[in-house]
Amino acid sequence: MKSLDDLKKIREAAQQKVSMRGKNDGTRILVGMATCGISAGARPVMNKFVEEIAKRELNTVTVTPVGCIGECAIEPIVEVLQGDDRTTYCKVDEKAVERIITEHIIGGKPVTDYVIGKYRL
Amino acid sequence: MNELSLHILDIVQNSIRANASLVQIIVNEQKASNIYTVTIIDNGHGMNAQTLSNVSDPFYTSRKTRKVGMGVSLYKMACELTEGSFTIESEENVGTKVIAAFTNDHIDRAPLGEIEETLCILVLNDKDIDVLYKHTIDTSEYVFDTREVKQVLEGIPLNNYEVIMWIKNNIKDGINTLEEERK
Repeated sequence: MKSLDDLKKIREAAQQKVSMRGKNDGTRILVGMATCGISAGARPVMNKFVEEIAKRELNTVTVTPVGCIGECAIEPIVEVLQGDDRTTYCKVDEKAVERIITEHIIGGKPVTDYVIGKYRL
Repeated sequence: MNELSLHILDIVQNSIRANASLVQIIVNEQKASNIYTVTIIDNGHGMNAQTLSNVSDPFYTSRKTRKVGMGVSLYKMACELTEGSFTIESEENVGTKVIAAFTNDHIDRAPLGEIEETLCILVLNDKDIDVLYKHTIDTSEYVFDTREVKQVLEGIPLNNYEVIMWIKNNIKDGINTLEEERK
């Protein structure tokens, strides 16, 4: 591995920021990452979330890969957890990720065009 | 799935479910022997002989929520399409080793694709599994090891987004350097 020095700089900067947050504070984004999700395009979706969160410095938002919830036909499935609220999005693509970040995570209003209720009741 | 790195992401999910604490992914491209090998080794709970004999059957799964398990069978197919060989070795409480040897220049041999994205997603997994990635092209080698990264980070979590972006760029650069050396 090269440029470990850059990593040290990142560490030093992170050590300066006092973080009191636990693992489950803030918003959690779960991306279905089983065979069905991966073949439907979950990896670029997850990658887009990571890039957008890094770019916008949304430090209380975490993204985690998870298994399959059994609705393989409408993958990629993304769940957004905020407190007790759970929003399930399906057929998510990179364009949808941008909308979920700006309209839901930042704006606070779920993106109804992709919620699971449009496909399954 | 049209990239080997997507298959790797999929296969390693099994290691995660098997409670592995270390996953090793070893890619070895050898022009002279025309073999492209991808080896995935975990130290998870392994499988017994009965499960092992069923594992590449798409209608076999240990899950109760559905009746199919396509991951291993799709990977095996991708390998055998290139006249390659596919083997799984496993021992209970020791771990599992999946070896896929592809014919390197075969027209059906899928490209590796964006392996850095696969590795970042593995690193973001909430079980804190260590990942070792070793990529060899002929005689040059690139190694990425989360244990080494953790040592430098002194307790800053790997899922810090700046760290993730660093990891991604490091892997991308490392493999690009290998490709250039080949030329």
